[in-house]
Amino acid sequence: MSARWLLRRALLVVYTLLVVSLLVFGITQVLPADAAVTLLGENATPAALAAVRTRLGLNDPVWWQYWHWLSAVLVGDFGTSMRTGQAVGPVMLVALSRSLLLAACSITLMLVVAVPLGIVAALRRGRLADVLAGLVSYLGVSVPEFVTATVVLVVFADQLHWLPATGYVPLTENFGSGLFHLIAPVLTISLVLVAHVSRMVRSETVDVLASDYVRAAWLKGLPPRVVLLRHVLRNALLPVVTIVALDVGYLLGGIIVVEEIFAVPGIGRQLLVAIEARDLPAMQAGALIMAATYAVANFLADLAYAGLDRRIRYD
Amino acid sequence: MTELLFRLLRTKQGAVGAAILLVVTLVCVAGPYVAPYDPEKLDFLGRFAAPGARHWLGGDQLGRDVLSRLLTGARTTVPAALAATLLGTLAGALVGTLSAYLGGRWDEAIMRTVDAVMALPGLLLALLVASTLSKGGLGAAAAIAVAFAPGMARVTRSVALTVRRQEYVAAAIARGESGARIVLREMLPNVAAPVVVEVTIRVAFAVMLFATLSFLGLGAQPPAPEWGLMVSEGRRFLHQAPWLVIAPGVAIALTAIGFNLLGDGLRDAMNPRDER
Repeated sequence: MSARWLLRRALLVVYTLLVVSLLVFGITQVLPADAAVTLLGENATPAALAAVRTRLGLNDPVWWQYWHWLSAVLVGDFGTSMRTGQAVGPVMLVALSRSLLLAACSITLMLVVAVPLGIVAALRRGRLADVLAGLVSYLGVSVPEFVTATVVLVVFADQLHWLPATGYVPLTENFGSGLFHLIAPVLTISLVLVAHVSRMVRSETVDVLASDYVRAAWLKGLPPRVVLLRHVLRNALLPVVTIVALDVGYLLGGIIVVEEIFAVPGIGRQLLVAIEARDLPAMQAGALIMAATYAVANFLADLAYAGLDRRIRYD
Repeated sequence: MTELLFRLLRTKQGAVGAAILLVVTLVCVAGPYVAPYDPEKLDFLGRFAAPGARHWLGGDQLGRDVLSRLLTGARTTVPAALAATLLGTLAGALVGTLSAYLGGRWDEAIMRTVDAVMALPGLLLALLVASTLSKGGLGAAAAIAVAFAPGMARVTRSVALTVRRQEYVAAAIARGESGARIVLREMLPNVAAPVVVEVTIRVAFAVMLFATLSFLGLGAQPPAPEWGLMVSEGRRFLHQAPWLVIAPGVAIALTAIGFNLLGDGLRDAMNPRDER
């Protein structure tokens, strides 16, 4: 991991955000919505509309508006919401912190379930456990989150009354209740991730089990525990780091739906509300923050991968 | 081709996937004709009718027959998902193949930009694009196509890099053919076959994405009998009529499983030695 590689990788994150900012700004430009009308309502007088347009700089050339917006974003000013009149940046960051909590819990649960599931399926290839794991993973990747979420709601909240239906309680306010409210959304998100990652773990483990060094370890007469932990697990789990990082993108997409259904005021829900209300600054801020989260997660995964695998030398 | 089909049907996943998709195709073709009721006909007395002899899958909050809506709705979701995937694949394949053909700095610049676009989660990109288009199934399908293009560009590029090194491409360059002609006539057709697996699995994803967009209000609009929309409308009556959600949910899942299985079967059939 040379300094040059690190710098290059960091520059890529910057480039990513630049491209995303252009894309997001472009999309909000072609949106069939007049910001002045959104702000003042349908019945505003032409004079008032014109005044607002001048104030917002809507009559300036597009590239100038983009530069104006970007330079403000760079110092952390995402503008004010057209819906609430509040500063968008802080609202989105608070929402992001809730989403990250949801994501962290989901990834933890996923790892606890998916890794053993994948390994057992690989060890018992073709047997009942493998077939069952395969079935679960097919279900997981084929049922959209909004259906899973609805089923979780019916079964655990509606019928069994084990979990609260919807809502969000901050952990700082009531730790137990907050955690309790997180269970249903976390279950929903983890299902898809478990399906995906357990399949990856299984196929990696199958490859590693067939490798020469594992056969050599068996032939040396090492106890199974040592072979599995030292030789198989370590090598099979390496690629999983990258997969998990790539899944963060998927996770962030899924979180939009799950937050909406379980009424978690995270960044996904904020974005949906912004899109529905044609709240341009909020849309821009939310999308940019989500992309940044993804880019940074992948950057960290690359670092972790390079740190874990001594064979990899980036130059 | 027949041999591939034969090998596909001999894999467990391929056979099951093909069977499921055969049913889905039949429903798409014949659905509205075999539907027992008009999918949009209101029947006040049939509101929340439990599944039974009269309504096999029950009635919804307006007394519309759920089975008829499912059968008719397949015609919205499945073709939209197919069209969106094909369109996104075509756009992505063009960019990916062009990038591999140009190589060097251009390739680097194009692929880094593609990677950058992929930092936006697929659903979010689709939502943003859909919000700029008119609400409806067409807009949602176009949005999904846009959301798919970068991923497909990445996949096709890796395949196209191998194609680029083939002798027939070198021969075409030696003949002095134009870049556009080489990309379109020589490279693209040869990239297609290996990408088929990825495309098949993407259709499963497109079905889910389309239903999700409708669920969130940016896809098909009421009173259309679209599966995702049916879940969204039925969700409020979950307690009294769970079938309103279960029936379309199962339809979406089954279709997606069909395409996922077919894709995995195709992969095994194409690489017979790689048995996993």
